[in-house]
Amino acid sequence: MKMITALIRPSKLDDVKEALIAIDLIGMTVTDARGFGRQKGQIERYRGSEFKVDFLPKFQIMIVVSDDKLDSAINAISNASRTGEIGDGKIFVISVENAIRIRTGDKGEIAL
Amino acid sequence: MPRIRASDGDLSVEMTFDRFRTRVLAGVQGSHLRRAAMVLLTIGAGLLPFLLSAANAQTAPLKDIPTDGADNLLVLIGASQVMLMLPGLAFFYGGFTRSKNVLNTMMMSFFCLGLVGVLWVVIQYSLAFGTGFNSPFLGGLEYFMLNGIGGPLGDKPLAPGFAISAPSFVLFQSMFAVISVALISGAWVERISFKAWFWFVLLWSLAGHAPMCKMVWGGGFVGPYGTIGALDFAGGTVVHIASGVAAVVGVWIIGPRTGWPDNKRPPHNVPFILLGAGILYFGWFGFNGASMFAAKTAGFPFLTTAMAAAAGILAWTMLEWFLDGKPTTVGAATGAVAGLVGITPAAGFVYVGHSLVIGALAALGGLIAVRIKAATSFDDSLDTFMVHGVGGTIGCLLTGIFAVPALVPPEFFPKSAEILAKGGHFAMFIAQLQGVLFTYLWIGIATAVILLIIKATVGLRVTPEQEERGLDSVAHGEEAYDPMTN
Repeated sequence: MKMITALIRPSKLDDVKEALIAIDLIGMTVTDARGFGRQKGQIERYRGSEFKVDFLPKFQIMIVVSDDKLDSAINAISNASRTGEIGDGKIFVISVENAIRIRTGDKGEIAL
Repeated sequence: MPRIRASDGDLSVEMTFDRFRTRVLAGVQGSHLRRAAMVLLTIGAGLLPFLLSAANAQTAPLKDIPTDGADNLLVLIGASQVMLMLPGLAFFYGGFTRSKNVLNTMMMSFFCLGLVGVLWVVIQYSLAFGTGFNSPFLGGLEYFMLNGIGGPLGDKPLAPGFAISAPSFVLFQSMFAVISVALISGAWVERISFKAWFWFVLLWSLAGHAPMCKMVWGGGFVGPYGTIGALDFAGGTVVHIASGVAAVVGVWIIGPRTGWPDNKRPPHNVPFILLGAGILYFGWFGFNGASMFAAKTAGFPFLTTAMAAAAGILAWTMLEWFLDGKPTTVGAATGAVAGLVGITPAAGFVYVGHSLVIGALAALGGLIAVRIKAATSFDDSLDTFMVHGVGGTIGCLLTGIFAVPALVPPEFFPKSAEILAKGGHFAMFIAQLQGVLFTYLWIGIATAVILLIIKATVGLRVTPEQEERGLDSVAHGEEAYDPMTN
């Protein structure tokens, strides 16, 4: 099992959700995040004080998939969220030791 | 003359003074502050004889007129509008601070409705508008608990020449008292303890606002019945300069936020700022407009108020657009407030053309002052002096230059009308300048004395750790936004 953590533009959330549902990956967790890589921030001014705001709004999507679905999930997320501009985001893949469904106690890939 | 017994040290003047010095002033850390405290207390003590001895100026005879329904209604609605400015101010200030301090910031304004509201009817109105002390600086005690005000049915007129009932006037003025002190909170947010704020509100209302009311509006030293003869339609001195000067004196004594200016943060909720400014604008129609105390002629102060706000918004945003490339909502909100502050002393004394100039200049002055402050490390956190102090000063001085003699009838403004008639606008400007300077002096001293006493007794600030934690939780045990419990 692998956990995919994807940092995407906020405007692409619906596209990514639809793309994952289309390949039968139903279920994900989304967090508000702020971050930057190479994308430049902006200067904000309030009553004469300047603030350099580097942290830009992003969404962090977390989804755990079985190994055979990994590549299609990564492709779905990438294609749905890519614009070609700096700031599209990143996807990270981490190994998952176990997954448990709380309601039934199922363990392993059947819990996904 | 105090008895000085050389042998009995306890009763000598020197021993009393020494005890005072060690107990009260020792709490004030910093030798420069102790020296300043001594100077201020000496000046204050020197002024005390004037408080109790000088006689009132002659008042011109006005006719008794019955209470008029429309005029009275104007003032009652106006009182309601000024009351709404308190939650409006709470939102305006609250949006600027960090979210961990928003409730404390709003509470400092909202709570004044409680403390000053009660204080006003118990004794503050009497000190502000009574005549019992026969002094041009302080009223009297005869209206304790509004004794006799308004007669058994509450419809007795306020005074000869006024067609509004006395209770309406008391209520209207009470909201001015509440907001005058609440405005000061903006400069001291995120570090002053609520206990210190409580005592400050109480003491400043009695020693700062009440005497200012008496002196400017109660027939006292500064106003149109007094020695100076200055004009202040709705509170350029009493409310705005007073709160601005008090703010600055407080920043000097209380000090900046810990870590300032390295921990500057943008406002946490700009929509609140806009909401607050909008509510303040609406409330100002009552603040200025109802201060005419006459419905038929209230059109001018309502109009000048709106136009000064308009000019303020335009001037601030245009200059910002030119300087930074983008007009901001915070700038528009602040420009509106600055314009409204500027027109406050002038609203019923000038024409609409003047009000556009006053609004624009008050806003431009405020913007420049804010930029100057941003370049220093002076932590008047929410620009109370930059907007209210500077705007009030500009407005008061321009009132002298623009006051229309037809709008300054001698029956109601004897000394001011006389100054205008004999010396023209230059003389009126000088009178305004005297009034402004006197306000700076009185409020500066009163605020300093009060804050130094509070500093030496209950203390003024929270600890740096408490500042870091956030005053909402430290002072009120509350969280503003959705605490993560069930």
